[in-house]
Amino acid sequence: MSALLSVTNLSKEFGGVHAIEDLSFEVQRGHVHSIIGPNGAGKTTLFNLVTGLYQPSAGAVTLGGRDITGRAPHKLCEMGMARTFQNLQICMNMSALENVMLGRHRHLGSGALAAMLKLPGLRKADRHCREHCRELMTFVGCGDYLDHAASAMPYGALKRLEIARALAAEPDILLLDEPAAGLNATETEALKSVIQKIAGKGITVVLVEHDMKLVMNVSDHLLVISYGRKLAEGTPEQIREHPEVIAAYLGGGTRERQAQEVPA
Amino acid sequence: MKEARAMKKNILISPYGGLLLLALILALMPLAVSNDFHYDLLTKICLTATVAVGLNLLVGYAGQVSLGHAAFYGAGAYASAILTSQYNLSPMVALLSAAAGVGVMAWLVGRPILHLKGHYLSMATLGLGVIAAIVLNNEEQLTGGPDGVGLPPLSLFGHELSVFGEYQFAGLTFTGVELWYLLAAAVLVIAVLLALNIIDSPLGRALRALHGSEIAAQVAGVDTAKYKLRVFVISAVYASVAGSLYGHYSGFITPTVASFEHSIELITIVVLGGMASTFGVIIGAAILVLIPQFLTDFQELEMVVFGAILMAVMIFLPRGLLPSVLQRLQRGAQ
Ligand SMILES: Nc1ncnc2c1ncn2[C@@H]1O[C@H](COP(=O)(O)OP(=O)(O)O)[C@@H](O)[C@H]1O
Ligand SMILES: [Mg+2]
Repeated sequence: MSALLSVTNLSKEFGGVHAIEDLSFEVQRGHVHSIIGPNGAGKTTLFNLVTGLYQPSAGAVTLGGRDITGRAPHKLCEMGMARTFQNLQICMNMSALENVMLGRHRHLGSGALAAMLKLPGLRKADRHCREHCRELMTFVGCGDYLDHAASAMPYGALKRLEIARALAAEPDILLLDEPAAGLNATETEALKSVIQKIAGKGITVVLVEHDMKLVMNVSDHLLVISYGRKLAEGTPEQIREHPEVIAAYLGGGTRERQAQEVPA
Repeated sequence: MKEARAMKKNILISPYGGLLLLALILALMPLAVSNDFHYDLLTKICLTATVAVGLNLLVGYAGQVSLGHAAFYGAGAYASAILTSQYNLSPMVALLSAAAGVGVMAWLVGRPILHLKGHYLSMATLGLGVIAAIVLNNEEQLTGGPDGVGLPPLSLFGHELSVFGEYQFAGLTFTGVELWYLLAAAVLVIAVLLALNIIDSPLGRALRALHGSEIAAQVAGVDTAKYKLRVFVISAVYASVAGSLYGHYSGFITPTVASFEHSIELITIVVLGGMASTFGVIIGAAILVLIPQFLTDFQELEMVVFGAILMAVMIFLPRGLLPSVLQRLQRGAQ
């Protein structure tokens, strides 16, 4: 096992608020690595730091051994990193399929002249891209919306559409920020199998999620953060029994409920 | 849900069908018009629409507002004037050199200002327009100052195309005004074709993503600064070509071609016709070219009317004329 992503002494401050404070952890290649913690713990901020949307106040991030601290998001995409958003980032002025095709940007020639003249090479690549992205939409469970405008899709489908867009980039590492939020039980079950299939393809997954049943089911490794700091780390079994986690995050009385919800 | 279905249908309508319809309408126009005055208006509509189609790529599709686009139109027109009369280049060579030069100019000024967001970009392009107008007014040696400068007639394949001429083709006689209209219409059709090709390409998706969600574009691998600059340059080149043609057509230009008022007129066309609607902006161009014809006695009212149109569209038809009408029609059909 080798670490694909490693975060070292990472900090992010927003005018006095320490959203992330001196955080270090590693994500192993091929793992589903979940990050849990209460609202405001800094999970989304951590994603924004790792994916280059925020510049860290201190610390470093490496991907496959290369320093990527503060590198621009589009460069990280080219290096094989993709993500989804807790608060959707969908282009509502485009069709659902075009949103997914946008995700393949790094695999398509995007020269202005080739585009203007619709050169055969580009046309062919774009046709393949369209087919591939249709398959991806079906794969994530958006098959009913192949010809829809993005603005005509319900919330749950848009969350899955973001996953399809991220997959279109053919990433090595995929960061999912609360993909199950707002989904019903059936949709969450479908999401679980999608995540498992993605992991099955060898894509490393970093998952931020509140649905503990889902997290415990799919994760190889868990990181618990609170107030921007690491609270605990370990396998699902270790985390379930961790006294500090139970006290601080899972909360009083949750233990029995956890025991019911989470199959051992 | 109703809107949802309408949107779905919109996507299924092929834009290339619209291009054929446009070409057909433009080709049949001569049957509907009878005199030089009408041809003159049609030519101006086609050239203005060409600028607007390019500007729409920047404003409507990529969501970047330029309030100084007349600067590029003026630059194209003046570059053609100077290159033909002072450097004796042939009009077509001058037009192409002007387009390349304006493209480079847009690239140079766009690089720093396209890093600015929202209102700052508007302000910076506004400043660009103001500077262009000042330069054209004051560099009298080169530009003739406020009095303007003349241009020779266009020449194509060694034949001069003058609005005063008469030309024989395959036994038919055309006036210069008629040929100019056909040329401007052909340029517009090509401009639309290239724009439609761009929109339906990876480049076009990247541009629309700048408007839809810049963050989504970034994480999908789009170098947003680079793409903003690209579409800025493309739209500037559209304006330059149309400006050069207008210069040769009218034979005489003054700094008003690059004025703030002209920039506002161009933006009004895009907003009125329909942001991100290539055919909508052609209708917008037609309306804005025709309005002054009805205001001949009240020329000072022109800007007031443009301003009122801009406000009314923002309030009542925020998506613009053509997209709103299409949507109504589709709803009616259901
Ligand atoms: N752009 C920002 N500006 C200021 N404060 C922020 C910003 N983003 C996040 N924060 C703050 O950082 C903390 C962590 O937020 P967030 O990362 O969204 O938490 P989580 O995703 O774990 O719910 C919160 O206190 C939040 O208010
Ligand atoms: Mg969050």
